[in-house]
Amino acid sequence: MTYTRPRFRNPHLPVNKIGYTQKDYEGALSTLCAGCGHDSISGAIVQACYELSIEPHRVAKMSGIGCSSKTPAYFLSNSHGFNSVHGRMPSVATGAYLANRDLVYFGVSGDGDTASIGMGQFVHAIRRNLNMVYVVMNNGCYGLTKGQDSATADAGSKSKSGHTNPFQAIDLAGLALELGASFVARSFSGDKTQLVPLLKAALAHPGFAFIDVISPCVTFNNNPGSTKSYDYVREHIEATATVDFVPIKSEITTQYEAGSTKEIALHDDSLIRLHKIASDWDPQDRHSAMNALHHARSKGEILTGLIYIDESLQNLHEVLNTTTEPLNTLEEKVLCPGSKALATLNAGLR
Amino acid sequence: MQQSSSVNDFVIRFANVNGTGSASANALFAKAIFRMGIPVTPKNIFPSNIQGLPTWYEVRVSEKGYLGRREGIDFMVCMNPQSMPKDIASVKPGGYFLYDSTKTLHREFIREDIHYIGIPLMAICLREYTDPRQRQLFKNIIYVGALSALLEIEFPVLETLLAEMFQGKEKLIAPNVKALQLGIQYIHENFEYPLDIRLERRDLVGDRILVDGNSACGLGAVYAGATVAAWYPITPSTSVVEAFMEYAEQFRTDPETGKKNFAIVQAEDELAAIGMVIGANWNGARSFTATSGPGVSLMAEFLGLAYFAEIPTVLIDVQRAGPSTGMPTRTQQADIIAAAYASHGDTKHVLLFPSTPKECFDDVVTAFDLAERLQTPVIVMTDLDLGMNDHLTAPFEWDDSRTYDRGKVLHTADLENITKFGRYLEVDGDGITYRTYPGSHPSKGAYVTRGTSHDEYAGYTEDSGTYTRNVDRLLKKWETAKSIVPAPEVRQAATANECGILFFGTSIYSSEEAVDLLAAQDIHLDSLRLRSFPFSESVGQFIADHELIFVIEQNRDAQMRSLLINELGVAPQKMIPVLNYDGTPITADTIVKQIIKNFATV
Ligand SMILES: Cc1ncc(C[n+]2csc(CCOP(=O)(O)OP(=O)(O)O)c2C)c(N)n1
Ligand code: SF4
Ligand SMILES: [Mg+2]
Repeated sequence: MTYTRPRFRNPHLPVNKIGYTQKDYEGALSTLCAGCGHDSISGAIVQACYELSIEPHRVAKMSGIGCSSKTPAYFLSNSHGFNSVHGRMPSVATGAYLANRDLVYFGVSGDGDTASIGMGQFVHAIRRNLNMVYVVMNNGCYGLTKGQDSATADAGSKSKSGHTNPFQAIDLAGLALELGASFVARSFSGDKTQLVPLLKAALAHPGFAFIDVISPCVTFNNNPGSTKSYDYVREHIEATATVDFVPIKSEITTQYEAGSTKEIALHDDSLIRLHKIASDWDPQDRHSAMNALHHARSKGEILTGLIYIDESLQNLHEVLNTTTEPLNTLEEKVLCPGSKALATLNAGLR
Repeated sequence: MQQSSSVNDFVIRFANVNGTGSASANALFAKAIFRMGIPVTPKNIFPSNIQGLPTWYEVRVSEKGYLGRREGIDFMVCMNPQSMPKDIASVKPGGYFLYDSTKTLHREFIREDIHYIGIPLMAICLREYTDPRQRQLFKNIIYVGALSALLEIEFPVLETLLAEMFQGKEKLIAPNVKALQLGIQYIHENFEYPLDIRLERRDLVGDRILVDGNSACGLGAVYAGATVAAWYPITPSTSVVEAFMEYAEQFRTDPETGKKNFAIVQAEDELAAIGMVIGANWNGARSFTATSGPGVSLMAEFLGLAYFAEIPTVLIDVQRAGPSTGMPTRTQQADIIAAAYASHGDTKHVLLFPSTPKECFDDVVTAFDLAERLQTPVIVMTDLDLGMNDHLTAPFEWDDSRTYDRGKVLHTADLENITKFGRYLEVDGDGITYRTYPGSHPSKGAYVTRGTSHDEYAGYTEDSGTYTRNVDRLLKKWETAKSIVPAPEVRQAATANECGILFFGTSIYSSEEAVDLLAAQDIHLDSLRLRSFPFSESVGQFIADHELIFVIEQNRDAQMRSLLINELGVAPQKMIPVLNYDGTPITADTIVKQIIKNFATV
């Protein structure tokens, strides 16, 4: 069932730059299990879009199948959503993005949806550098089909049923980096202070922005022995840096010690400000990003935060050199060559 | 020895080696006959291989205008020693066999009942050219020259064609003309000419054009306003998207900015291709893909989503011989059931069956209108024969006042005027509901598209009543489709008849010829050519009006017959399958034989 939230507007709620309250970014009531990490991520998405003053109806929410892929119903109810088929969200998003380059594409997937059945499409969406945000709500299991191991479950991790996963995990952030993704980050559903600025930076990024968000499944994979439980993640988390997202033309209020801060200017003049930066890590250098990931993994830590960003990569529309008008607005006059051209073609075929 | 004397009525076959440049020489030969105003049908018979294997090119010349394949080879041009034994055996008694006599023909290759025309092609080339590549290429042109002398192709016609072919590379014209003359000269000096089978100028072609179905499909997609194409290469559909690309580059590139008013993506597989098409159509751009049987199998899950979530989708299926990888370069009409019922659950799809390149063009344009009107997948069912061979066809037409039927879409202003939008709420009684494009309105018209069961407002539901109401509405939409898909073409024979013949797609050529041949034997058949699925009422009527219906198909299992029986509830006994499924286009002879056999047993 889709449960719609009662809507009444409190005149005292704060509004953002375009006059919307945070409520305007909410969706239907979630039907996920109480405490599911995915719901926290939905909340962070609501907050990020509200704070960025994105017009909700200019967002298209794309997803596959799984508990995670259901979440687009639970945020931005004034946006169109497309809950497609298992593992195939990237292709649907590609088509949608080609049809209208002017919308914001927000993709949500699960670790099963992306790292198993949808691996092929995920890989190719990265190669094409679609201008979209791609969030994997990563719980190390198949929530919707009752807790089987996913391909991101760590070797040795134990699920609630007591089963120990014998296979090596696929690190989606590492893979995205390897494949040339133009924005790679990792976060944790339980860390909104990190997740919200990362989501904002991802939304501002003009290419494929991938965020692997560890999101515990309270029902099937939050037990002792699981490496995707709330407790385990909290104990092993390590960040590349603390991330702040500074929107265009906003005043800079906080001050940091000189030398510990790095600012990355984005194409639209917003800023990603990083402080408490890990040593030997440069988010604009793929090798150093790769090293940071490997290094953390070898210590048994989960590296979070912004991992890599490259704003210079051409997105798919730029590569294809498509018109700046959304293709879905073109009409007969532009699209149809007409009878005269056809007569010439006919003549050439005689 | 038997003599076969005929003007403008023969079949000539060229046996070549793949990748030796014979294709353009053979096309030159066929085009010259077309330019002489004589109906001609060329067909490529080629292996799934790039170089080195045998290929054949078969040209039927028919004064009467029959464009189907005909059995029996009157003239064999043998340029491939590898296939020679088989090629010699395939010539009709009294027919001709042209070969390269640089080496003498082995005794075992001599048949008493055919004529041999030996031309020392390699020797001539060695004498005339030094470059090995030229020796190879001009050998082909020399045999065309020889044929022009033997069969009386007008020399100026060939000259003009060469001039057109090498426009921009004029340097190449003279050596090609010279090669033609070498062939002609050799015939003049060594043989009696013309032969008893020969050509004579006519005015039987009219304003028709010579083009392949895949080019016509690609062009149709440009005219239909498709802006997004996604595909994965597969024979025999590849040239559909290639044609779209070529025509779109020509007609859809902004002359000032150089920017493209279209986007083409070579997807990672067919699942992704159809996913992209669905995403683009969902977002209000006309989008399509082209594939063949294996691709249709892969696309099944997505087609079900498009059916159930009601997203316009256009798919062109250029059928080839299955099952599995089958014979990738041979023709069949064997995806009927797979396409009609693609995907699990109660799913069915609108199919169109073009018979000619002109209909490929028209049907692709119609497919986009139907897909958006009906908000469902529409599959254009062509085949390898139609797609990859040139066919003599009516010229393409376009009415400049024609606008695209974008179906029921509520735009920003429409949404302003409604209180509550229901994506799947029926309001017009035709089973078709209103859709919105993402991004249209700040507070109205948004919904979540899903393949899960949904209510009138697109909300997820498992309520039995709501589910049933929704799938029943889809059936009502299916009924609506019956009256708007292209109607069948019915032909009543001069006399009242108990028997009918039913065919579709490329079987048109041989079926119509068979009807004439049978009429000459006093067997008169009314005919119906199917143009689409679901079947319109007149299809059921035609079947009801006849006691026996011969259903002509190019597959083993009589798939269309099954579809007719299943959908119309007709008695299986009255539906007689007439089949050809060896991978070659069906011939009139096959149809006639199977029908006559039936009359003998009734
Ligand atoms: C083709 C297909 N195969 C299998 C399924 C069943 N299925 C639904 S969700 C799912 C796994 C979801 O796991 P994940 O993507 O990690 O999402 P989560 O529920 O954990 O958030 C599977 C296997 C399906 N819907 N479609
Ligand atoms: S099963 Fe797990 S992933 Fe699914 S809703 Fe419940 S807690 Fe979340
Ligand atoms: Mg999961």
